[in-house]
Amino acid sequence: MISRREFLQASAAASVIVGAAGFGNWSRLAAQQALTQDQLLAFEDFGNVTLVHLTDVHAQLRPIWFREPEVNLGVGEARGRPPHLTGAEFLKAFNIAPGTPEAYALTHEDFVALGRAYGRMGGMDRVATVVKAIRAARPEAIVLDGGDTWHGSMTSFLTKGQDMVNVMSALGVEAMTSHWEWTFGSARVNEIVEALPFPFLGANIFDAEWDEPAFEPYAVFERGGTRVAVIGQAFPYMPIANPKWMFPEYAFGIREERMQQVVDEVRADGAELVVCLSHNGFDVDHKMASRVRGIDVILTGHTHDAIPEPVVVGETILIASGSHGKFVSRVDLQVESGRMTGFRHRLIPVFSDVIAPDPEMAALIEAERAPFRDQLEEVIGTTETLLYRRGNFNGTWDDLICEAIRAERDAEIALSPGVRWGATLMPGDPITREDIHNVTTMTYGQVYRTEMTGETLKAVLEDVADNLFNPDPYYQQGGDMVRVGGLGFTIDIGKPIGERIGGLHLTDSGEALDPARSYVVAGWASVNEGTEGPQIWDVVEAHVRKVGTVRLTPSASVTVTGT
Amino acid sequence: MKLNRREALWVGLGGMAALVPGLAAAATVEDLTAAFTGGATPAEGGGITLTAPEIAENGNTVPISVEAPGATAIMLLASGNPEAGVATFTFGPAAGGHMAATRIRLAKTQDVIALAKMPDGSILRTQATVKVTIGGCGG
Repeated sequence: MISRREFLQASAAASVIVGAAGFGNWSRLAAQQALTQDQLLAFEDFGNVTLVHLTDVHAQLRPIWFREPEVNLGVGEARGRPPHLTGAEFLKAFNIAPGTPEAYALTHEDFVALGRAYGRMGGMDRVATVVKAIRAARPEAIVLDGGDTWHGSMTSFLTKGQDMVNVMSALGVEAMTSHWEWTFGSARVNEIVEALPFPFLGANIFDAEWDEPAFEPYAVFERGGTRVAVIGQAFPYMPIANPKWMFPEYAFGIREERMQQVVDEVRADGAELVVCLSHNGFDVDHKMASRVRGIDVILTGHTHDAIPEPVVVGETILIASGSHGKFVSRVDLQVESGRMTGFRHRLIPVFSDVIAPDPEMAALIEAERAPFRDQLEEVIGTTETLLYRRGNFNGTWDDLICEAIRAERDAEIALSPGVRWGATLMPGDPITREDIHNVTTMTYGQVYRTEMTGETLKAVLEDVADNLFNPDPYYQQGGDMVRVGGLGFTIDIGKPIGERIGGLHLTDSGEALDPARSYVVAGWASVNEGTEGPQIWDVVEAHVRKVGTVRLTPSASVTVTGT
Repeated sequence: MKLNRREALWVGLGGMAALVPGLAAAATVEDLTAAFTGGATPAEGGGITLTAPEIAENGNTVPISVEAPGATAIMLLASGNPEAGVATFTFGPAAGGHMAATRIRLAKTQDVIALAKMPDGSILRTQATVKVTIGGCGG
């Protein structure tokens, strides 16, 4: 773990980059109920280039609750290194006092009590206020979107991403990259891209047949007398983690050698600052930064990490800007004689009760929601339990979803994907149809019902576990562990594939799984074409209607070792 | 003359002799390596570049390319396939580049191995792990 002091010393020792970073220290101000928009946005202008980064908004137009992970284990070199710190360890590493607004924004600690004090986060109308304030100070700031933008809400599902395209265009985004965007299908992506007022970048998106670049790899900006190249890197494992039949024309991959080639190309073309707008995931970007030469800044995305200070790898800084509209990063850079010589950074938390909504954006959001308002806001039930998802293993939302699948589809075992998106609900909150969509919406949400042997179930768990806990980040896909209902297991994350999962049993009876027996399994988000079944949000809605008030006991079906 | 890509590929193939070693049943990586090197000990690392995806998007057709400047022959092996031999590419003195690209089927997660024979008889070797997954759920 690198402390702020060591971080500055490390930068100085490298004698190339000198930088400053800060998350502010508002605890005293908050205690005085004096936390203001001006304080959240305070920034002493620095250098000659400003970048504004937001990523993984997952179509959240309005303020939400979002509980950061309690369990976010790192393996190999990433063990115990940001972002693989949670709770008290995270606070200690970044010198943040418990109970402060920073602690609430960045960790799961005491989430319910602090949430009541500090309120919801995000909202694209508040984000618009932040972006406008930065642009007022730095008119030439470059606003960049790291992708996972068009997917994640009921309105984005119903409009096939159009609501987000309209909002991000109004925000003045100047380039983006992609991941879940592709789950609307390649025809829809191409339709949007043709009309998009900014480039849709992906140096690693290739034509699957000819194995040659298929999308613009980078965009060049002349700002503050400086030539800035922004290279896009889409999510590398699109056709593996999501249904490839939806975009069969394209191949992806990390393609490290391609990234080096593009960096060399833009440098040769006179770029003085090279920025990678990435959807690799943090650990993949950390490794890429150590191997590809010539990238000054990686704006990372995909793994939803919010890190209050840049992480320095060699001469590259990594900026992790969180998810769901909770944060906006501002990075001011000094670029002279063709190289980055210094930076100043702030991860700006979007406290929705402190930052005023931008009226124009608020009106646009209302207009986008208006046609669907009655569907969105219908109350289906209530929860007495904090409902959250984010974390390496089952969250309470996942437990509820698995319970719904088992009840509605009469299955012994439920499987639910380990996605990292999905807003939180507080105890006492009504559950609306929109809330259910926030944790289930997708274009392949059919709930299948099938039979799998105990042996197959173990193989599935082993395969997904290796996507998460392979010690080489280039073999990680960036999701969390598949969620389970009715099934318990142990996992030793330090072991290789095939040896991590053990103790498989049915939680209802405690009976050990028989490798040869077939079990009735239901689940959703299958990547196979032609999957049949009702949509997951309808299954959850039917269940919540019957239950009325959700009360869950914490699930203890997964035992983790090897940390 | 307008040359499209498909024709270009055929022309390219015509200039290169591709030999698929598959006569003996299930020759091992060791057998094939010994036959290729003639007993020379391969040097790991520099001088040969193997480009392969870390995780295959489709295990039935995995794009692999290999380059070894100056090589007279390059052999590709798939260590985890029932038949490890994939191809041996030979380069004549007039070869403009010493690289080959192909697509191969991989039965399971395994190391793909490339060996290059240099004009002085020395052997360069490198390998890459390609994971073949049964599918996941990305977040």
